[in-house]
Amino acid sequence: MELLEKLTILAGAAKYDAACTSSGVDRTGRRGLGSALPAGCCHSFSADGRCISLLKVLMTNRCRYDCAYCVNRRSNDVPRATFTPRELCELTLGFYRRNYIEGLFLSSAVLRDPDYTTERMIAVLSLLRESYGFGGYIHAKAIPGADPLLTHRLGLLCDRLSVNIELPSQRSLSLLAPDKTKEAILAPMEQIRDGIAISKQELVQYRHAPKFAPAGQSTQMIVGATPESDLQILRLSQGLYRRYRLKRVFYSAYMPVSDSKLLPARQSFRPPLLREHRLYQADWLLRFYHFDAEELLDEGHPHFDPRLDPKCCWALRHPEYFPVEVNRADYEALLRVPGMGVISARRILAARRAGPLTFEGLKTLGVVLKRAQYFLTCSGRGAPGTARLRPEDLFFRLADPVPGGAKVLPGQLSLFPPAI
Amino acid sequence: MSQRPQFVYLYDGTFAGFLTCVFESFARDEEPACFSLFDDPRTSLWPERAVETEREKAERVYRSLRCRVSPEVQRWVRHGFLTCVPEKERRLYDFIRLAYRAGPPVVRDLTDPRVAPLHTALLHLWKEAHLFQGFVRFSDQGGVLCGQITPKNRVLPLLRPHFCARFSGERLLLYDRTHREALLYQPRQWAILPMEEFHLEGPDAQEAGYRQLWRRFYDTIAIRERENPRCRMTHMPKRFWGDMTEFQHEEATWGSGLSPR
Repeated sequence: MELLEKLTILAGAAKYDAACTSSGVDRTGRRGLGSALPAGCCHSFSADGRCISLLKVLMTNRCRYDCAYCVNRRSNDVPRATFTPRELCELTLGFYRRNYIEGLFLSSAVLRDPDYTTERMIAVLSLLRESYGFGGYIHAKAIPGADPLLTHRLGLLCDRLSVNIELPSQRSLSLLAPDKTKEAILAPMEQIRDGIAISKQELVQYRHAPKFAPAGQSTQMIVGATPESDLQILRLSQGLYRRYRLKRVFYSAYMPVSDSKLLPARQSFRPPLLREHRLYQADWLLRFYHFDAEELLDEGHPHFDPRLDPKCCWALRHPEYFPVEVNRADYEALLRVPGMGVISARRILAARRAGPLTFEGLKTLGVVLKRAQYFLTCSGRGAPGTARLRPEDLFFRLADPVPGGAKVLPGQLSLFPPAI
Repeated sequence: MSQRPQFVYLYDGTFAGFLTCVFESFARDEEPACFSLFDDPRTSLWPERAVETEREKAERVYRSLRCRVSPEVQRWVRHGFLTCVPEKERRLYDFIRLAYRAGPPVVRDLTDPRVAPLHTALLHLWKEAHLFQGFVRFSDQGGVLCGQITPKNRVLPLLRPHFCARFSGERLLLYDRTHREALLYQPRQWAILPMEEFHLEGPDAQEAGYRQLWRRFYDTIAIRERENPRCRMTHMPKRFWGDMTEFQHEEATWGSGLSPR
């Protein structure tokens, strides 16, 4: 089979993997080809607006498993292909030299069994790292069920390892992916976490100790294929961040790729993109804004409001935190203001040391006041025109129009009593 | 308003020339009303003062920015000269005067009218340089990696450490079409030189093959049901597309080396 055709099949099979980040390691390219930037680097953006940073391919899409939500399941009638290690290495280097990519994202379907698959992945990566001297970024997928020693060897060759948790609950997993179990997925996660901790400790003692997955581990789950609530998903992510020290949890809105009766019907199904977006917003709140999952959602509100972002929702439910005084509030308090991000908060902290800030000054700093103005005071004064707003009015000022739905006006009169 | 006599400073457009102007203005206790190049045909009402670049004076100013103020301020001035903000010399001059008076905290005073526009311009420069780290596309032309870009700011000095470290064993040429200069690199040697014109040659068979593979990968990796052109343009504005392989068709790149239709 020709290389072009293989690439088409194996990149097409990998496109539903959400992770395409290249951050977390700082490696200068002294010897050989390649370096890595701590902040990562996007090399292009595809037509769906997602970043292309790595050459994202499967090593093979010949799969032994039959997971209902996956395009590569055994029972699906699609063309199959497998890269040879040399082909894949030369493709990676050819792209890398032309600055098309930041590195390689190598995943694989389970060919024969997890051990064999992992061995073949190790063969590709060791050829790339050792024979070709490649110093770029490598993200590899650990295959659940593989021997821990093999996973360890894989981790020594790559920068980031990830294990896909696939679905947000054990029940959905056993229903849709009968070949996978929660334990089999969590075991390598635990192993990787411990491996990273040990490797970090060794690096403190010996400068040249081998680095095990220096950019950490990540995972991904499918949203919208199964009935879990946002609260359950967010709690799961929080647990993963805290217990397994993950760098990232990716959410991917379910794309109808199967006619299985267990999944939403393919016809008229729209991928829940807005829900995915809200989950990512909440995910950022967990990681960078010191929020807890329980603060954002509770049993009474298990889902995010599609009209308003999670931080605004939280702020409207907690008027006692506001207004925040720009010239006195600490970093954490500033971060809780809707519309205020890490960069804005840091700039405020820096700029207010030179003198008191006003709303005009905030604009000069580049702080976006569209939402923040309702929650801030500068030297005791609120923004002009925001003094007498009730919380209900605020909701309608802040809310986005729902795509496809009309914006509800506050206090609109109705001639007829609402039907009950 | 300052009481110092005002002059138009004429200089040669280099960073060293600008720093010499700063030196002269402090030495003569004058205020540059504006800066212009030697060959600028415009005339103004202020008297003119032509300043010949003197390396020694420029270095003295450059060193003093680091020692008397801070390394951060020195970096702001060095990078500020690469930005495309209108009247950048005048803005930098105001910033330098303020920096000598206010000291190192000047870079935190982001609401000051002398600091804020420079900061905005620097952010624009840094962001553009970061984007170009990803968006530059090289073609292999007889073993030399060649690429061209059309940036707004002079990003080559900022891209230089990145590309020279990443492709440390390669030879490369990166041409900046806006400012007509090129970054040249071969192992352990680099230079940024003015270059009037540069054209990419047509690809050989291997190069064309990789381009085709990349275009195919680019088209395959997008999920059709999620198509979102707005989002793509936010992250990758259209002005970058012209030099990127994934948006070029083979006929257009043959020979001319110009942007696609």
